[in-house]
Amino acid sequence: MIILLTTLVITIIGIIVGYGLVYTGKKFHVEVDERETAVRECLPGNNCGACGFAGCDAMAAAIVSGQAPVNGCPVGGAPVAAKVAAIMGTTAEDVERKVAFVQCKGDCDVTHNQGNYVGIQDCRSAVFAGIPVTECSFGCLGFGSCVAACPHDAIHVINGVAVVHRMKCVGCGLCAKACPRSLIDLVPESKHVSVQCSSRDKGPLVKKVCTAGCIGCAMCVRQCEHDAIHVTDNLARVTYENCVQCGKCAEKCPSKVITLPLGFKKPEAST
Amino acid sequence: MKNTFRGGVHPISHKELTRDVPLRVLNAKGEMVFPLLQHIGKPAKPLVKKGDEVLAGQKIGEADGLISAHVISSCSGKVKAVEKRRVQNGQMVECIVVDNDGQYSRMEGIGVRQDISSLSKEEILRRIREAGIVGLGGAGFPTHVKLSPKNPDAIRYVIANGSECEPYLTGTDQLMRSQADSIAEGLSLMLRLFPNAEGVIVIEDNKPEAIEAMRKASAGNDKLSVLAAKAKYGQGGEKMLIETVAGINYPSSMLPAEVGCIVQNACTIYAIDRAVAYLEPLFTHTFTLTGDAVKTPGNFIVRDGMSFSELIEAAGGLKEGAVVKKAIVGGPIMGIAIPNLDVPIQKTSSGVALVTVDQSEVAASIMTSCLRCGRCTTVCPVGLLPQMLADAVQAGDLERYEKKLYGLECIQCGCCSYICPAKRPLTQTFMRTKAEILAQKRAAVGGKK
Repeated sequence: MIILLTTLVITIIGIIVGYGLVYTGKKFHVEVDERETAVRECLPGNNCGACGFAGCDAMAAAIVSGQAPVNGCPVGGAPVAAKVAAIMGTTAEDVERKVAFVQCKGDCDVTHNQGNYVGIQDCRSAVFAGIPVTECSFGCLGFGSCVAACPHDAIHVINGVAVVHRMKCVGCGLCAKACPRSLIDLVPESKHVSVQCSSRDKGPLVKKVCTAGCIGCAMCVRQCEHDAIHVTDNLARVTYENCVQCGKCAEKCPSKVITLPLGFKKPEAST
Repeated sequence: MKNTFRGGVHPISHKELTRDVPLRVLNAKGEMVFPLLQHIGKPAKPLVKKGDEVLAGQKIGEADGLISAHVISSCSGKVKAVEKRRVQNGQMVECIVVDNDGQYSRMEGIGVRQDISSLSKEEILRRIREAGIVGLGGAGFPTHVKLSPKNPDAIRYVIANGSECEPYLTGTDQLMRSQADSIAEGLSLMLRLFPNAEGVIVIEDNKPEAIEAMRKASAGNDKLSVLAAKAKYGQGGEKMLIETVAGINYPSSMLPAEVGCIVQNACTIYAIDRAVAYLEPLFTHTFTLTGDAVKTPGNFIVRDGMSFSELIEAAGGLKEGAVVKKAIVGGPIMGIAIPNLDVPIQKTSSGVALVTVDQSEVAASIMTSCLRCGRCTTVCPVGLLPQMLADAVQAGDLERYEKKLYGLECIQCGCCSYICPAKRPLTQTFMRTKAEILAQKRAAVGGKK
């Protein structure tokens, strides 16, 4: 008898709760765009935050609501952008992947630190506390604030200067934000010719502190046939839209501070 | 008036090395370098160019804008170059380099006693501005700006800071002993700018001779008084002096003038007296050369522009076999370690300590985890909770740092780092975080425009 009664009570409670759930479910139903779920499925899902949103869920919502572009995920790159674009019914603009580039060549062989700094071993702590660790007032300190900021293990301090691993870099720009001297720039992946220096000091002063610095001699500007490199504030800068990767500027640079294009051969050898 | 403030630490003072050595004048031989930025504010504009002849006391850099100060040549000779040179804080700054002819021919009229009884307020301020005087305590804030508050009638106290609480430094002590009359006169000159104020000279009680001398010098003037404060590091801070004298605590968003106080270092007041009563611009100042690496430590009157290495040589050089591990300018706690000794002495260099202690015993001690002992809280003179602030920084919670824990009130005095048994670099952390928050704020303001 007790068994039967128990079963009956449980069943009745079950039915009441079940109807209650169905009712509240209908009553408080929130319209979810199924595209959001679909977009979320396409995104890599490692919540790196490189897009600028709080993880992939937030990114998917932002794409669907139009706040973020369909190719806004730097990790996924073009394949993910194409899938997302298909879901959203648009086409992904063909945006090239960007990679971080450290505009400093000042490793321990070419420049030196001044004094013996023994404070907190972190670039931001040194620079914001007004401690000039390096002789060059623009160069890489080499304590690796960028290394700590990188979610993809794509930047390392090698011999006192930060170096980007171009294959691993997803172009999220977190290292660029972490660098207190703003040495890191995002450049299109196919462009290999860049100026590896940020010093806006005059030539003789640069030479005093670093043997690999840009002295603003404008030799590169004279070599360039495509109006792709200019000297402002004693510092050469590449205009990537115009650059055709011929490498003539890099070859003539007296301080060898311009990076050479991939597979660059001297013109004599190629003719 | 209390005679002390809340918090503070008692480091070993090392003042016994130099405290009884009288001031001696030192002249430089070689080239003199005058940085155009020796103060807080905009760099001065150069008035001379390569090849020009200059005289001692000549204005060679013109103040640019309101918060800026003139730069004065301390020697006579020919301008060798106007170029970027490294200065004591390690930065490259535009400097005027003068080839010193060793004559020290002065401009006419400098050092002649003037009749100061009927000077107007404007004239006093003009002379101070023309003399290029900045705060000689170390920060280098232009003095004429500090002495021109919006509410001169509401100023109740003009405080002469003779506390010199940093270890090693004794220059101000010696100046007060030997030039007490001048300092008292300078202080009464400042009181003329503020009719309702009284002058208080604060001296730590470990300088009885200076207290005696200043008491004697200010005896005839009932507007001046000498306050013997308890000797404790932190006393020389502006906020601590105002707490000691007026009993007022005020937030960092307010200026001392807004709470009715003006604080000037005793050396600055001496410079004011020289400028107003003798028309002598600021090109010499007191300097303490000390530390266990120096053969004859002492107090000197040095000319701006000579290099530290030249000064050390002129003063007798280093002890034999001594290796300088750190050279700290402006006191070992708030001062800065200079990377090399070939940088020029500037207006704000109050002394240098050359120490041979191995660096591993000083700054590079191994940091351990916070013990929660709370000593940093007991010594913080502004009443902050340093260990909580450091936690907030570690968690990256800058909002908590600023809004809940009032981290921007930190005066970077270094008491918390000094006392911390776990050797945590608290002060540097706060320096950095404050700078970051202020940079963010500036960016936000710039963005709105």
